Amino acid sequence: MATKQKTLEWEYAPAPEAAKIAKVAKRYGHFINGKWTAPSSGDYFRTTNPATNKKLSEVADGSAADVNAAVKAARVAYEGPWGKMSGRERGKYIFRIARLMQERAREFAIIETLDGGKPIRESRDIDVPLAANHFFYNAGWADKLEYAFPNRKVSSLGVAGQVIPWNFPLLMAAWKIAPALATGNTVVLKPAETTPLTALKLAEIIADSGLPDGVVNIVTGAGETGAAIVNHPDVNKVAFTGSTGVGKLIQKSIAGTDKRATLELGGKAANIILEDAAIDQAVEGIVNGIYFNQGHVCCAGSRLFVQETVFEEVMWKLKRRMETLIVGDPLDKNTDVGAINSKEQLKTIQKYLKAGVEDGAEMFQPKCDLPSTGNWCSPTVFTNVAQSSRIAQEEIFGPVLAVQTFRTVPEVIEKANNTPYGLSAGVWSDKGARLFQISNALEAGVVWGNTYNQFDPASPFGGYKESGFGREGGLHGLAAYLDF
Amino acid sequence: MKTKSTAASCRYDYAKSPPIDQVGIVERAARFTTRSIKSDCKRAGLDMVLNMIDLTTLEGADTPNKVRQLCYKAEHLHDSIPGLPTTAAVCVFPNFVSVARVALGDSSSVKIASVATSFPNGHAILEQKLEETRRAVGDGADEIDMVISRGRFLSGEYDYVFDEIAAVKEACGKARLKVILETGELATLDNVRRASDIAIHAGADFIKTSTGKIASAATIPVTLVMLLAIRDHFFKTGRMVGMKPAGGISTSKLALHYLVMVKETVGPEWLTNEWFRFGASSLANDLLMQVAKLERGLYQAPQYFSKD
Repeated sequence: MATKQKTLEWEYAPAPEAAKIAKVAKRYGHFINGKWTAPSSGDYFRTTNPATNKKLSEVADGSAADVNAAVKAARVAYEGPWGKMSGRERGKYIFRIARLMQERAREFAIIETLDGGKPIRESRDIDVPLAANHFFYNAGWADKLEYAFPNRKVSSLGVAGQVIPWNFPLLMAAWKIAPALATGNTVVLKPAETTPLTALKLAEIIADSGLPDGVVNIVTGAGETGAAIVNHPDVNKVAFTGSTGVGKLIQKSIAGTDKRATLELGGKAANIILEDAAIDQAVEGIVNGIYFNQGHVCCAGSRLFVQETVFEEVMWKLKRRMETLIVGDPLDKNTDVGAINSKEQLKTIQKYLKAGVEDGAEMFQPKCDLPSTGNWCSPTVFTNVAQSSRIAQEEIFGPVLAVQTFRTVPEVIEKANNTPYGLSAGVWSDKGARLFQISNALEAGVVWGNTYNQFDPASPFGGYKESGFGREGGLHGLAAYLDF
Repeated sequence: MKTKSTAASCRYDYAKSPPIDQVGIVERAARFTTRSIKSDCKRAGLDMVLNMIDLTTLEGADTPNKVRQLCYKAEHLHDSIPGLPTTAAVCVFPNFVSVARVALGDSSSVKIASVATSFPNGHAILEQKLEETRRAVGDGADEIDMVISRGRFLSGEYDYVFDEIAAVKEACGKARLKVILETGELATLDNVRRASDIAIHAGADFIKTSTGKIASAATIPVTLVMLLAIRDHFFKTGRMVGMKPAGGISTSKLALHYLVMVKETVGPEWLTNEWFRFGASSLANDLLMQVAKLERGLYQAPQYFSKD
């Protein structure tokens, strides 16, 4: 028998999650007034699996009439049972929704991955548990609002119109719905047109929870449907997460009305590595910052600033780490980077890859075999990037990192803040004082120190400048749904 | 703090050891445990782990006969399943090395490792440690597992630790030297990294986590810190250093997660028993039970597997 057993190519065998467990209907209507309702236009549109581009289901295309019916149901519920209910009773329903989500966590995770293309590891370990936690957290506040805001008299706003993006479909629905319910508002929510399925599954468990009819209404559709919600005269509060472009349109359209609004928009976050940082852990933070959810993250650390003395070390370690990322079938439990959410988004990313190369930046992509069908993009890093280059200035919303170096701290602060965005940032240093000094100088709603992309229901999240305004999560998130 | 040096010219500048972020290490370590190892990959992994084991007996109650049985088991893990590998080595106290050499003969693929240098506490004068090392090698040991002087390390006498390792390495001659850091006594991951760097620069062929004689033994985060030190050294010098987690690894699933970590940090070149070992006594039987389950489709009771 040989001493050395040569098994150098020890490749992981496929470990796919069982898609069959998830029950997806052939067709979904709107969820209005506690009932599944066919669209008034009779039109439906397809939702596909971005990893295969095969059809998963079809969902109702919402018209102004559908939105009107949903807002009307929400108003009736607000004037009726929900508005009169005590906080304690409201809390019971929200707790019930949280528990039902936990019980069906596996099914939610699979559908999230099928519909959105994100790896099952992320939907299983992050999206779904975090969404349930948002319901748990806010449920706890429902009967304690007078303690949350001592010496303030608070009241709910009325009907909240909510429009959410495709990158975290279920999690964003939870961020929006849970605080609205805890504070006694009713909801009309529109999920993104490419990823409506988990919001519709959420409607199923909301129905199962016995929540009074009309408290939560879910209307599916594209941009026009969202505009109909935002512009509806009987909506008291608009909550939007999505692109800065659409955010500006919403600002314009609600100007002159008394609608309250919170907008969580785009970002181009700086992730700053100082020479005294723990480099290997910082490299993990870089990877987590930009390749998490294929870079479809508004707070992604898409601009990397490395102090010049450790630039070479950071780059060889980062490239080596990127070689170990597994790109492929999102349902495989070993997949690290899944499919790009849609053909349109893939085109956008490819446009930026081309722009980066044309601008003279050096592009690196690890060797990996991408599946032949579906929407895929290798994790990408650009070095030798100019601050004025488009890949360093514009939000790409894909797995593309632009690296720059710096010599001094004032220099990196100036570069990091030299962007219209201000959602998030990261700083890596072994010195606590430096972390505080730099994070105080950064114009960003969230600054992570020696970590990245950490989320908690108790922690407020939101932007500066063109990344929007208002906070979600924590007490700040409740305040956004209350009148003082 | 200055001590007499035998290798002063190549001492390691311990200030160069990078800081370790404990939270980041624990997070990264957790990611390895979410890899799903199935079917062919699992079987290949189990065989690989079996072939990486240093089958160990380090008890006060050890007898020549127990050592002979251990040697037999190392070569015949479970003969009712054909085609199984041998373990990498047996690991015994120095006074049993000659027994093991007779039992295994000179042509066995199973190496003989011995714990010299006043295992497990390391409290002995240097001359004694060197003599113990030379005798173990003279009796036929292929590998020496030494312990570092943790007290000296913790009091900041890094040069002493460096010189002691270098001296033992010299005493080893052709035998390969594994340096046990006893990470459970080093308190911080920064210390684990520094001790790893010192051992590597002083000439260790392997660095090893633990003696297995204190409660806190090998963990994935500690092993990760040591593997990163090995990888950094390899990148700078091209010299490969082996890694041996020891103590506390008793299930197949955990052992496979270690392989995942090796593959994804230092790389697949380390996935042989020349560069990676498990110090374990009860792990082998758990692996055999898993192999039998894969071969026959059913778990068998523990009493079907020999306990040595």
